[in-house]
Amino acid sequence: MTPTYYLVLAAALFTIGAVGVLVRRNAIVVFMCVELMLNAANLTLVTFSRINGTLDGQIMSFFVMVVAAAEVVIGLAIIMSIYRSRRSASVDDANLLKY
Amino acid sequence: MNLLADALASGTVTTGEAVTFWILAPIALGGAIGMVLARSAVHSALLLACTMLSLGVLYMLQSGPFIGFVQIIVYTGAIMMLFLFVIMLVGRDSRDSLLETLRGQRLAAIGLGIGMALLLCTGLARGIGSVTAVGLDEANANGNVQGIAADLFTKYVFAFEVTSALLITAAVGAMLLAHVERRKGDRPGQKELSRLRFRKGNYPGPKAGPGVFATSDSVATPALLPDGTESERSISPVVPVRELTPAEAAPKGTDGGKRK
Repeated sequence: MTPTYYLVLAAALFTIGAVGVLVRRNAIVVFMCVELMLNAANLTLVTFSRINGTLDGQIMSFFVMVVAAAEVVIGLAIIMSIYRSRRSASVDDANLLKY
Repeated sequence: MNLLADALASGTVTTGEAVTFWILAPIALGGAIGMVLARSAVHSALLLACTMLSLGVLYMLQSGPFIGFVQIIVYTGAIMMLFLFVIMLVGRDSRDSLLETLRGQRLAAIGLGIGMALLLCTGLARGIGSVTAVGLDEANANGNVQGIAADLFTKYVFAFEVTSALLITAAVGAMLLAHVERRKGDRPGQKELSRLRFRKGNYPGPKAGPGVFATSDSVATPALLPDGTESERSISPVVPVRELTPAEAAPKGTDGGKRK
């Protein structure tokens, strides 16, 4: 076994997250799929950090976590305010900009 | 932790690491697939938390104890709790509609996913299939946290400072989005409420309670008005109106046949 297995696992997780974003309709679940994709990218960064023998990858994944935390806060606030005005958390219902 | 880190820090993959990987990778994959397939948003959130926990252990396995603990504390501790909080607030019972707005979109998405997985995996296998890892022995010589701190506060200090601007912007933005300003006149006071109550055509007394009768003690049974009609006002709109089937309404024979 080589560290490449971690990268393959990360690729699989990223793909599952991408399919989830395309398939699911609930805005919160779509958002969780985005989080899964970010996590997969983090696993890739940590693995590359080990392959290259420097800590830069781990620091980069640390920054990804900070950005993800900020993104979650804003995203969930947006979902909440959409829900407040439209009584729905489905991504299909928020289509005002389409017309 | 030091002992574990020392044992695992080398570039070669030990048997223990392989065993842990083969236990945790299926859990992470299963959690991820379950998250996409689960119909309830709460189940999705819990399965995602499971995936994130196993990813945290995988980080620790790859000589990143600090990032592994941050993963567990920040992701499963804070972010998933925030998700659960919003699910409970917003969409607990908002299930996914099975209606497809674009025809064939689901199948196309799954095909796209399989194609992407194949592309990524073959690319990885061909590109770095037999790579030998340098390992973090040298970088972690003074400890993982110390190594990260040394890099973070010298090489990446500017990015680290910019992060503070990002975080404060996010906090202010969330406050603006989630806060609802209520003006003083928006909410009726005691005087207005009392006037509404004793308005002409409004019955000022309490509403009739739902049915506690000889035959029923259910809140779904409407109260009877003096003329024998059912009062719709007495049942909560949340309680669904339940029609008894003839089989349910028939005497159960528990009263010794005395009832007609």
